[in-house]
Amino acid sequence: MQEILGVPAPLLFGQLLIGLINGSFYALLSLGLAVIFGVLNVINFAHGALYMMGAFVAWLLLHHLGIGYWPSLLVAPLIVGVFGIVIERTMLSRLYDLDHLYGLLLTFGLALIIEGTFINFYGVSGQPYAPPEILTGGHNLGFMFLPTYRAWVIVASLLVCVGTWLLVERTRLGAYLRAAVENRELVRAFGINVPLMMTLTYGFAVALAAFAGVLAAPVYTVSPIMGQHLIIVVFAIVVIGGLGSILGSILTGLGIGIVEGLTKTFYPEASSTVVFVIMAIVLILRPNGLFGRPRE
Amino acid sequence: MTDTTSNVELSDDTFRRHRLAGYLIAAVGIAALAVAPFLGIYPIFLMKLLCFALFACAFNLMLGYVGLLSFGHAAFFGMAAYVAGHAVKVWELGTVFGIAAGTVTAGVMGLVFGAIAIRQKGIYFAMITLALAQMVFFFCLQAPFTHGEDGIQGIPRGTVFGLIDLRDTLTMYYFVAVIFAAGFFVLYRTVHSPFGQALKGIRENEPRMISLGYPVALLKVLAFTMSAAITGLAGATKAIVFQSATLTDVNWHMSGEVVLMTLIGGMGTILGPVVGAGIVIALQNYLSTIGSWVTVVMGAIFVICVLTFRRGIVGEILARTRR
Repeated sequence: MQEILGVPAPLLFGQLLIGLINGSFYALLSLGLAVIFGVLNVINFAHGALYMMGAFVAWLLLHHLGIGYWPSLLVAPLIVGVFGIVIERTMLSRLYDLDHLYGLLLTFGLALIIEGTFINFYGVSGQPYAPPEILTGGHNLGFMFLPTYRAWVIVASLLVCVGTWLLVERTRLGAYLRAAVENRELVRAFGINVPLMMTLTYGFAVALAAFAGVLAAPVYTVSPIMGQHLIIVVFAIVVIGGLGSILGSILTGLGIGIVEGLTKTFYPEASSTVVFVIMAIVLILRPNGLFGRPRE
Repeated sequence: MTDTTSNVELSDDTFRRHRLAGYLIAAVGIAALAVAPFLGIYPIFLMKLLCFALFACAFNLMLGYVGLLSFGHAAFFGMAAYVAGHAVKVWELGTVFGIAAGTVTAGVMGLVFGAIAIRQKGIYFAMITLALAQMVFFFCLQAPFTHGEDGIQGIPRGTVFGLIDLRDTLTMYYFVAVIFAAGFFVLYRTVHSPFGQALKGIRENEPRMISLGYPVALLKVLAFTMSAAITGLAGATKAIVFQSATLTDVNWHMSGEVVLMTLIGGMGTILGPVVGAGIVIALQNYLSTIGSWVTVVMGAIFVICVLTFRRGIVGEILARTRR
């Protein structure tokens, strides 16, 4: 068997693949956080819970209505996105004039409510969710075995990430968004409905989290606590990447996933802490993050 | 007890009256601590309350007086509990030195975390402290001395220098009450010292403090270290009271709970965190029959506090009486 740095090649590539998949989820979630933060100035602590909700809605749709994976990939984010819009309209929009901390605290409370409710009905053990027929099986690439579903996860999340990036950086709508980040009042003076834009932005980013949840459902078990650990890693990623940057959150998300995979191969004990160690080092060397601009 | 927000100079007369009110409240507080176990309240519950009240007061030093939200204080609380438990059970250092070891460990951790996180403000600071605390959580999950999922169990309560036996619950209660009173007094004096005034100045207007020549970063790190050390004191004491140190103490949900206590009671008030801790601990105690709905109730209280009740109970009372 071929070895690389004393590690069997299939093991190394296997861990790299897992890292890349985790990285895809990190990228999708930190992207949503970056968009919400950019436009609403809120750190969405409920992001992990909404990701979990996406997975659960897909599972519920399948078990109670018989709606399968492909429609769920669209319907579940839509449902959770509408839920997000309700949250923004009824609660978050009241906090924009206050210290940023209140947004963080409110969404923390929401995360507790959402997770607690699901735990009460479904426990913490988790439910299986089978991938669609067409994506089962896999390919032998010679140096490793690549399950089809996992390849699809990476491709799908990359497409969505790039699409969002193009939307924000290359379209007129994106230009309004970026302008609103710089000066809300000025954009409003141009006759643009800024509150509506903020509501839709939150709904869209929440839908992104739910989309990641549906993608994750066949990879992990669908459990009310699936977002809890993830959200803190994503926070660290956001700090490493620098909060302002969308591209930064995508690249850092993927990169951290790969680093975690490598750590798992060479020094498994550190695999769950390596993100936080990197964060501490980056903060000491570059306080604004790798891609961030200096802040006031 | 005067609140912090007014910088109006007090005339001699009002100053004397404020001071008198302070003594009066202190006397009532000490009397309440002394008689509490005879009012039919379960002493274990009281000790738990005192530990968490001290934790919340220490946390409030950062949130209420410097304006920095640390979402990682569970790391200090839990780590101090582990160190105290290990020192008393395995090293047999004795209860007092065990608690001291926990406190010092938390203080050193606070110094390191503070030095890393202090350059950031607001939500960045919150996220960084949260991530650093999560690193501590995984350390505690894997380090051999913490015994992973089991935690450290059966920590002996021991004696105070071989003189006072802490196995008696009432004696233990008074030991905890003295620790709480000492920690609370230190925090009270800190807040009302020139150092505390400087911290409030940073909260109100940091650039002004920098231009006035205050070493702002140093002051913040000092405050963070102190907050962490007293949090450690609370955690170490809790480990002795419950004779165990487990992963719940370092979990980030614990950090959330202490934020909730401070928010309900009133951040930036000296008594707010005590009231908030009382309410949260009582809720957890009396709602324990509804299982994990407690989490939902806590979340709902969080949301209600943020939307309608941002000054907290004590803050609200102070605002009304001042008007």
